[in-house]
Amino acid sequence: MKLYLKVWRQEHRESKGNMVSYEVDGISEHMSFLEMLDLLNERLISKGERVIEFDHDCREGICGACGMMINGRAHGPLTGTTTCQLHMRSFKDGETVYIEPFRAAAFPVLRDLKIDRSAFDHIIQSGGYISASTGQAPESNSIPIAHEVTEAAFDAAACIGCGACVATCKNSSAALFTSAKISHLVLLPQGKLESADRVIKMVGQMDAEGFGHCSNTEACEVECPQEISVLHIGRMNYEYNKAMALRK
Amino acid sequence: MKQTTLTYKLVMAATGLFLCLFLVIHLLGNLQLLLPESEAREQFNWYSHLLSGNILIKIISYVLYLSLIGHAVYALVITRKNIKANGSKYVYDKRSQVSSWNSRNMGILGTIILIFLVIHFKDYWYVYKFGHLPLDAKGNKDLYSIVVRSFQQGWYIIIYELSFVALGFHLLHGFFSASRTLGLYHPKYAKLVRAIGWIYSLVITLGFMLIPLYIYFNLNVL
Repeated sequence: MKLYLKVWRQEHRESKGNMVSYEVDGISEHMSFLEMLDLLNERLISKGERVIEFDHDCREGICGACGMMINGRAHGPLTGTTTCQLHMRSFKDGETVYIEPFRAAAFPVLRDLKIDRSAFDHIIQSGGYISASTGQAPESNSIPIAHEVTEAAFDAAACIGCGACVATCKNSSAALFTSAKISHLVLLPQGKLESADRVIKMVGQMDAEGFGHCSNTEACEVECPQEISVLHIGRMNYEYNKAMALRK
Repeated sequence: MKQTTLTYKLVMAATGLFLCLFLVIHLLGNLQLLLPESEAREQFNWYSHLLSGNILIKIISYVLYLSLIGHAVYALVITRKNIKANGSKYVYDKRSQVSSWNSRNMGILGTIILIFLVIHFKDYWYVYKFGHLPLDAKGNKDLYSIVVRSFQQGWYIIIYELSFVALGFHLLHGFFSASRTLGLYHPKYAKLVRAIGWIYSLVITLGFMLIPLYIYFNLNVL
């Protein structure tokens, strides 16, 4: 199949970018979206042009490295999918496809489709951990945790930090990401101990990074590759309100 | 560390929910307009007089004005911050496919409601408080006649009905959104609150929409 691409090209962080058109034929519908970009890049190399740079790592939908706006939607037209798990059978022959980086003030574009997501790392560093001394792993049955609780915590922990929630949010809010991390830890006995301190620090860091307010449009849950529930945002708000009310 | 994203939303939720409660009281009061004409006039004027004289109501009315202003001002502050957080715009944007129209346009809906409120305050609140109204048989200011007369004009009714539709969509998102901001995360009760939000928005909207239409088609004091 043949596609008409319009791809965001930007030299570096400070430079102005623009959309550049490419015609790509010989695309197989079995290719992933990233493989289609690889195909285009190989042709660009043989022509001596600079390749289109994009983030990717595992290419099996679990690392969260890849992510771009495809036809105006985070990770493309499907819901609950990463860009690498989107295949060309989701597009029609002869279609025009717009490809842009995820955009938010807190996610500056580094080059082309590559963005700097360290804002997420800073949120994790501010409180997304438990203060346990390292050493031998404790006996696993010494802290009983009910099955439903581990499952609920794991549902939140499944977040891969791809940034689609921020990209699709009309306010560029990081509420789904931050709340997933807070929920994950507050559900487990090891994480519960520091929950008040953690939520205040992580929300504070989220604000400091320049993310917007959550207005509960729930677009993030639709686009999230891991289908993280927006109810975690409710839990984050609950934990935050509780922590602020009980703070000495 | 300055924290605003959650605390400002708490202000929006608290003021919004207070306004939601006020709407119930306001609608219940207005339902008196649906009584038979002679009864409605006396009762409605008596009720208006009761509200304007009571010290408790006076205090609540100041909370109401503060809530209205607070809700609008914080909405502006939050919107400014959100625009800043967005940075550069998408060239091709289809994000609207994954969320509802009203949830994305609370600002526009709120602005319509604000414009409506200016008209509403000017025509009734200001006239009742500062204007010279004729008195009814019981000696109460005859607000009833003012109301009935204003709803004889088709264009005036259209303004009201459109504003109520905007209000309905605003409530539909706002009611449930406030519950989430306050921290409701239990799936069962989150679902329940959403259902209550639907019923609440429908009853309030249709209730308010009914009154001008009822007056227009049933009463003629001119």
